[in-house]
Amino acid sequence: MGEIHEKYLRMDKMPHIWCAGCGNGIIMGAFITAIDRLGYDKDEVAAVSGIGCSGRITGYMDFNTIHTTHGRALAFATGIKLAKPRLKVFVFMGDGDAVAIGGNHLIHACRRNLDMTAVIFNNHIYGMTGGQFSPTTFKNKNATTAPYGTTDPDFDIAQLCIGAGATYVARGTSYHARLLTDLIVKGAEHPGFSVIEVITHCPVNFGRRNNFESPAQMLLWQKEHGVAARKAKTMPLEDMEGKFTIGELYRSTEIPEYLEEYGRVIQAANEEKKS
Amino acid sequence: MGKKRFNVTVDRTICKACGICVAFCPMSVFTTDHDDKAVVSVPERCTGCRQCELLCPDFCITVVQVEEAADG
Amino acid sequence: MAEAKLLSGNDACVQGALAAGVRFFAGYPITPSTEIANAFARELPRRGGIFMQMEDEIASMGAIIGASCTGTKAVTATSGPGFSLMQENIGYAAIAEIPCVIINVMRYGPSTGLPTSPSQGDFMQTRWGSHGDRPVIVIAPYTAREAYRETGRAVNLSETYRVPVIVLMDEILGHLRERVEFRDEDLVQEISRKGPEPGKPFLPYENTEDGVPPFADFGTGYRYHITGLIHDETGFPTNNPVEVDTIMRRVNGKLDMHIRDIERTRFVDADDAEILIVAFGSVARSAHEVVRTLRNEGKAVGMVRPVTVWPFPDEDIRTAVAGKKAVIVPEMNLGQMVREVERVVAGAVPVHALNRIDGLLVTPHEIRDLVEDLL
Repeated sequence: MGEIHEKYLRMDKMPHIWCAGCGNGIIMGAFITAIDRLGYDKDEVAAVSGIGCSGRITGYMDFNTIHTTHGRALAFATGIKLAKPRLKVFVFMGDGDAVAIGGNHLIHACRRNLDMTAVIFNNHIYGMTGGQFSPTTFKNKNATTAPYGTTDPDFDIAQLCIGAGATYVARGTSYHARLLTDLIVKGAEHPGFSVIEVITHCPVNFGRRNNFESPAQMLLWQKEHGVAARKAKTMPLEDMEGKFTIGELYRSTEIPEYLEEYGRVIQAANEEKKS
Repeated sequence: MGKKRFNVTVDRTICKACGICVAFCPMSVFTTDHDDKAVVSVPERCTGCRQCELLCPDFCITVVQVEEAADG
Repeated sequence: MAEAKLLSGNDACVQGALAAGVRFFAGYPITPSTEIANAFARELPRRGGIFMQMEDEIASMGAIIGASCTGTKAVTATSGPGFSLMQENIGYAAIAEIPCVIINVMRYGPSTGLPTSPSQGDFMQTRWGSHGDRPVIVIAPYTAREAYRETGRAVNLSETYRVPVIVLMDEILGHLRERVEFRDEDLVQEISRKGPEPGKPFLPYENTEDGVPPFADFGTGYRYHITGLIHDETGFPTNNPVEVDTIMRRVNGKLDMHIRDIERTRFVDADDAEILIVAFGSVARSAHEVVRTLRNEGKAVGMVRPVTVWPFPDEDIRTAVAGKKAVIVPEMNLGQMVREVERVVAGAVPVHALNRIDGLLVTPHEIRDLVEDLL
């Protein structure tokens, strides 16, 4: 463990419960590195998570942390941010959390544009319950609830968030850990609702059932299939088949941040009160 | 000016033997022991890219640059 | 104070909550509770507070818990279907011990039911609606004046005991408008949760003597963990049977330690009554009328009205029914509170249920008929 780990992790909770080779640890490392770079005071950071393997991240980090209910992390986070706007609020969700049970909260958080940063661990599977397909599992993959292969089409989380109105959307991977730190830093600095989708891997409940022999092979898959967004623009469409873009995908500063807008509500209410 | 040198350590007590560092070290610094846990076998090859440190899900690996004496 | 206002039950809840220092509301529109959201939307921004219309009732409940983590007093309001959706997060607030208040204006159910006729069908759900054992305080006012005072008290009890408190209204009470004369005893105090003692190590779920650990607001320098997993005194998950047993017994037992402060039961001519009516909420208005008219005719009838309906006032009911000829429990449901009364009375006195489930209020006339039959 390095200085950063000792500064930002609850060392008495280590080692974490995640399986050998799990991407969650890599994402946690990238995240605390981002916080260190941002220079935020630990007392001023609130970390909010949902349920599932990713949800355990809040227990390991030395901030104001809350492990909420399945799918509802954004709802809790919205209350925290609105009630104490000076806190830097980060929300951690898995793919099941964010786009299945919590899909409604995700699109509305995108629409409102409250200044929070969501980090979505997309490992394309329900890991903690033992490998059921999620809304982001690709077609024809194996899962315990899809013993004959998945038939459901999958969500593109980043595109979904752009469509719903998030003002900063990026995609990283657990393999591209340095890039991930950069994206989290930019997302946190962006005044509005930011989403960083992280393509990550579940070696046990996705990998083993879908012909990945090791965690390293899954990271290699990310390396080979993640294409820098800028580069993807210059590539013929057929070369992008089966691949995904990584990096900053969308940013807008035209839509006002929610609390700025709410300030106008307070002003109007007070003017009415006076008159 | 001499080549930079690095001290690479693996905390064996928390290593979960996932094999990521072994697979991704571009200089093949690591091998595995009888428990498949990472061992720093050829530290002198390390160029300090820190890929192992970044990708270790359990934060077992630290890479520290070694201060060399001025006279080499 | 002696100030008169024309207030609906729903508006009275809002005024009471504001007087107790509520500065955050999150909710989702649903009849017959919507006027509560409307009033908070108007009033909170004037006080620098936050009104938030969420995407559903699950989110509303999540948002008030989140707001409360920062030390802000937070309320939501809903009805029937929305109240069902809130159950998981109410359980969360109970085990994570985060103060919050839920105003449930009961409507006829199950499901979409009979929009939006009154009902008392949520009596048991308020107590047992979440999975697992969890504590809750439920307060059922019966007038607009009481809705004001009791909503204020709900906020204060929630802060004092770190427990979700439900204000159990119903459609009639929510929508009726009546002249409310506020007197000195209606003054709502502002009580806030106790914080960590400076200089003392902070244990967020400490097994304190009074059963209620101190609460550190987010962003005040205490970096700790909150979870819906069963946790030890430090707040982190545990599977240790001894620790699990300890926290579950403390959390579920803490209200019993302060029962005299939490309970509030009203008696009307109960002492010398032969027939006793036990009623709450708007049905208690009908019962009150029966007691008034029959007493004028010289008939020995009285009423016991639990204001705090959960924890159920066992002692008050047991004492009140002793030696009576019969007990009547009128309800707008198929018999929920009557089960509690029967449990407490334990066969000592005959208990008669009077139930209406046609979407209409139990009338004084019906109660009177039964009283006269039994006299």
